[in-house]
Amino acid sequence: MTTGIVKGIIANLVHVEVNGPVAQNEICFIGLDGVKLKAEVIKVQGNIAYTQVFESTRGLKPGSPVEFTQRMLEVKLGPGMLSKIYDGLQDDLHKMEGLFLNRGEYTDPLDEESTWDFTPIAKEGDSVIAGDWLGEVPENWIPHKIMVPFVMEGKYKVKSIAPKGNYKLIDTIAKLEDEDGGLHDVSMVQYWPVKLPIRAYKEKPRPFKMMETGVRTIDTLNPIAEGGTGFTPGPFGTGKTVLQHSISQNAEADMIIFAACGERANEVVELFVEFPKLDDPRTGRKLMERTIIICNTSNMPVAAREASVYTAMTIAEYYRSMGLKVLLLADSTSRWAQALREMSNRMEELPGPDAYPMDLPAIISNFYSRNGYVYLNNGTPGSVTFIGAVSPAGGNLKEPVTEATKKAARCFYALSQDRADSKRYPAVDPIESYSKYLEYDEVREYLNKNISPTWVSDVYEAKDLLLRGKEAGDQINILGDDGVPLVYHQRLWKSELLDRIILQQDGFDKVDKSTPMKRQCYMLELVLKICRYDYNFESFEEVQPYFTTMINALRQMNYLEFQSDRFNEYETRLNEIVDERRAK
Amino acid sequence: MTSTAFQKVYTKLTQITKATCTVRATGVGFDELATVSGRLAQVVKIIGDSVTLQIFSGTEGIGTDAEVIFFGRPPTLKVGDDLAGRFFNAYGDPIDGGPAVQGKEVEIGGPSVNPVRREEPSELIATGIAGIDLNNTLVTGQKIPFFADPDQPYNQVMATVALRTHADKIILGGTGLSNDDFLYYKHTFENAGMIDKIISFINTTDDPPVERLLVPDMALTAAEYFAIEKNEKVLVLLTDLTLYCDALSIVSNRMDQIPSKDSMPGSLYSDLAKIYEKAVQFPAGGSITIVAVTTISGGDITHAIPDNTGYITEGNLYLRRDTDIGKVVIDPARSLSRLKTKVMGKKTREDHPKVMEASVRLNADATKARTKMENGFELTDYDERALGFAKEYANDILAIDVNIGTDEMLDVTWGLLQKYFTVEEVAIQDDLIQKYWKKA
Repeated sequence: MTTGIVKGIIANLVHVEVNGPVAQNEICFIGLDGVKLKAEVIKVQGNIAYTQVFESTRGLKPGSPVEFTQRMLEVKLGPGMLSKIYDGLQDDLHKMEGLFLNRGEYTDPLDEESTWDFTPIAKEGDSVIAGDWLGEVPENWIPHKIMVPFVMEGKYKVKSIAPKGNYKLIDTIAKLEDEDGGLHDVSMVQYWPVKLPIRAYKEKPRPFKMMETGVRTIDTLNPIAEGGTGFTPGPFGTGKTVLQHSISQNAEADMIIFAACGERANEVVELFVEFPKLDDPRTGRKLMERTIIICNTSNMPVAAREASVYTAMTIAEYYRSMGLKVLLLADSTSRWAQALREMSNRMEELPGPDAYPMDLPAIISNFYSRNGYVYLNNGTPGSVTFIGAVSPAGGNLKEPVTEATKKAARCFYALSQDRADSKRYPAVDPIESYSKYLEYDEVREYLNKNISPTWVSDVYEAKDLLLRGKEAGDQINILGDDGVPLVYHQRLWKSELLDRIILQQDGFDKVDKSTPMKRQCYMLELVLKICRYDYNFESFEEVQPYFTTMINALRQMNYLEFQSDRFNEYETRLNEIVDERRAK
Repeated sequence: MTSTAFQKVYTKLTQITKATCTVRATGVGFDELATVSGRLAQVVKIIGDSVTLQIFSGTEGIGTDAEVIFFGRPPTLKVGDDLAGRFFNAYGDPIDGGPAVQGKEVEIGGPSVNPVRREEPSELIATGIAGIDLNNTLVTGQKIPFFADPDQPYNQVMATVALRTHADKIILGGTGLSNDDFLYYKHTFENAGMIDKIISFINTTDDPPVERLLVPDMALTAAEYFAIEKNEKVLVLLTDLTLYCDALSIVSNRMDQIPSKDSMPGSLYSDLAKIYEKAVQFPAGGSITIVAVTTISGGDITHAIPDNTGYITEGNLYLRRDTDIGKVVIDPARSLSRLKTKVMGKKTREDHPKVMEASVRLNADATKARTKMENGFELTDYDERALGFAKEYANDILAIDVNIGTDEMLDVTWGLLQKYFTVEEVAIQDDLIQKYWKKA
């Protein structure tokens, strides 16, 4: 085993002189007063390995001993991860002692002593490859598949498999024979290096299904596909985190992985507190039962922050291999990029734009490409849908992280300062934002088949309404209320109505916070019907009060149970208002 | 901070810059303190046997033969109940002529609280300032800065907040505070008869800028003592953190680091987060709340300092001089307290969130009307009403000299809404209208 000694320390960058071979991204442990600090090799020059330490290096001295492990940064995969709260290196935060995070304390991500009710799927004599299902155990309500470890290359034959029964995590549940006759024991636990994608699937088609998030401005206007990618850039205070939390609560996914990457601790605490209480709208179980939280808040070590998004993605890929629909949310990927920048800076690399490393776009697109809809080897579909928040410096969408992400992600949900300032939440700008999936033939077909036959054209009609409303609004601002034809005021207020009723959504109201697709379809058709009519006005001053009454009735509907008596009452009332001025 | 007999003395300096020096030495730990010619310094880089130190008070007059003595430990503070009522400099030494504090010596800038050991902040901090309590309610365990132009009275507002809140301890961390402002705080606290609750760590503009880097950590280490050991509610006031960031950029520049946006170090976000994230609510009842000041230049919040701050803190408050009423108000459109939803309508009256939303929205309509007016367009009846509302709203609610309870703020706002708008325009759910809209 290679060992080394510390030669230099610049914050969390430590130079280690090594006495043997080391690999890029290899993990080593640096001794400091009896504790061992985990570190990763990020550059090698001659016999000096540059390592980034996942902990504070306060008090570290040159000459301290270093042990190399011959392994890359790995996650430990197996049943028992659901509902857990991990740090960026997959340490179980609940298992840590004391109020503070003590450096050098690493905890088991799984519960070694736990037992699981195993049911075999594979049979003796079956031919299997990496990722094939050997059996399953119930984890909360998810049938957690025990798979042939992803690291096992080539073909294997199932020599023996454990019968149905209770087993400990590390009990051997199958023996596999390789092509040379060697035998391999398989337990419920396996390891995988986080920086490498798990490729145990047969094919990765273009995404073709829509993933419901319950957020109207996304689902109706710019839907994200299952297995798709999206990102939400926005200046601070525009509601990125609220939007992410709202999606994580209401999205139609089998499970959620939430990577709180370099953000506020209180926001993560909110998840800890609320998720065990909130009901999953689809299964009626608690949200926490389908959630894993990876939490590396802004005050936790910066190198572990970089690792946290990879840890989250790897766990997502693992569950995808069980044929599950996984939604991965990361808040915020800019903090991850900043972690890269801090290291690159300490290594004195030549900087790219805004002092970010030159390979930032490549790193980001590589990461985004790990998501996707896949068919596993047995034909079962599984997916990882990824939505990342981006925190552009100065709210400038031309900064490197936003630009690089824009090239990698297919859905763009721009959060706008103007909308946030006028409390139009979610502050997703309807004109700037887009979903590339709306251009996919397979997605359009899916939408028209599953929502309504005219859905896609309705959506485009709504987009046009918004655009025309904006143009009319601009003209009114330039020429004045009476300097434009009356029809401009109608255009403006039609788009305002669509904005207030469809796009704006009260994330804190128990009914309005999540809208099922059926209701979204109903409301969009209702709003479009109103907007298709012409109305009779004598002067522009009548336009705003009239539309305000319509908006008010529609808003009340948004707050009420769908098609309840009171909902229907307001709809009747609305139709009366519409008839008052509708041009016949 | 004296040296002991067995410590080794180094005298071979190989490099001196304005803020740092490099010395050949062995057995030195990262972050360790030292003195260079009697001046306090801290290790910031070690490569082989060359150790780079940042000298807090600057390197003027330091010779290549200066004596360097290492302490073998990072900066510490002695914490104990005796801290209360005292004034200290950036090193934690008394500057009020009193005796040294007896107590446990703890490292400053210690580890982070395990997120799963935190409690969700849920206790309201009433300030009596409606621009805060009504529109942007503060919660214990929150961290929030004022974004203010240098000419705005942010120190007065901070002092008002400190005086009106019922915190057990108030810790003032002054980074680059002008001596006048320092004296203002001192007198205000003394006059209010609450000096026993106050602890101050002060670096004034008279002191060397790099010393500032220690102040927030000192203040927060003291705060942790009272919040954890004594379960007290601690309010930490930090002013002005822009000057703290400037000191960071000086050091990173002297160390030849590549600057990122606005000449700030690439690690600015992490550096600020380490300070602000010390704000916490503990399950045992103690809490640390941070109210800070970040001065901005010409209202530009896209500068790296306010920008990074905004991403870290739980909201931000803006002061604005309202020319209609000639008073300073807390700007309702731009200010935001992210934690307000944790208490609004839960710890306060049920109508609080909706009244807040409606009044802020209608106030924004007034802003639009004002733009129209400035551009010479005719105003509609609605515009006129919105403007009338905005003026009274600013005077009776937003102005920082208003000091009333939250229920009263709500009643006043309902009154104004009713005076200027119809039920439809206010657009609040019917059940609340039934209850609070007074039938004329």
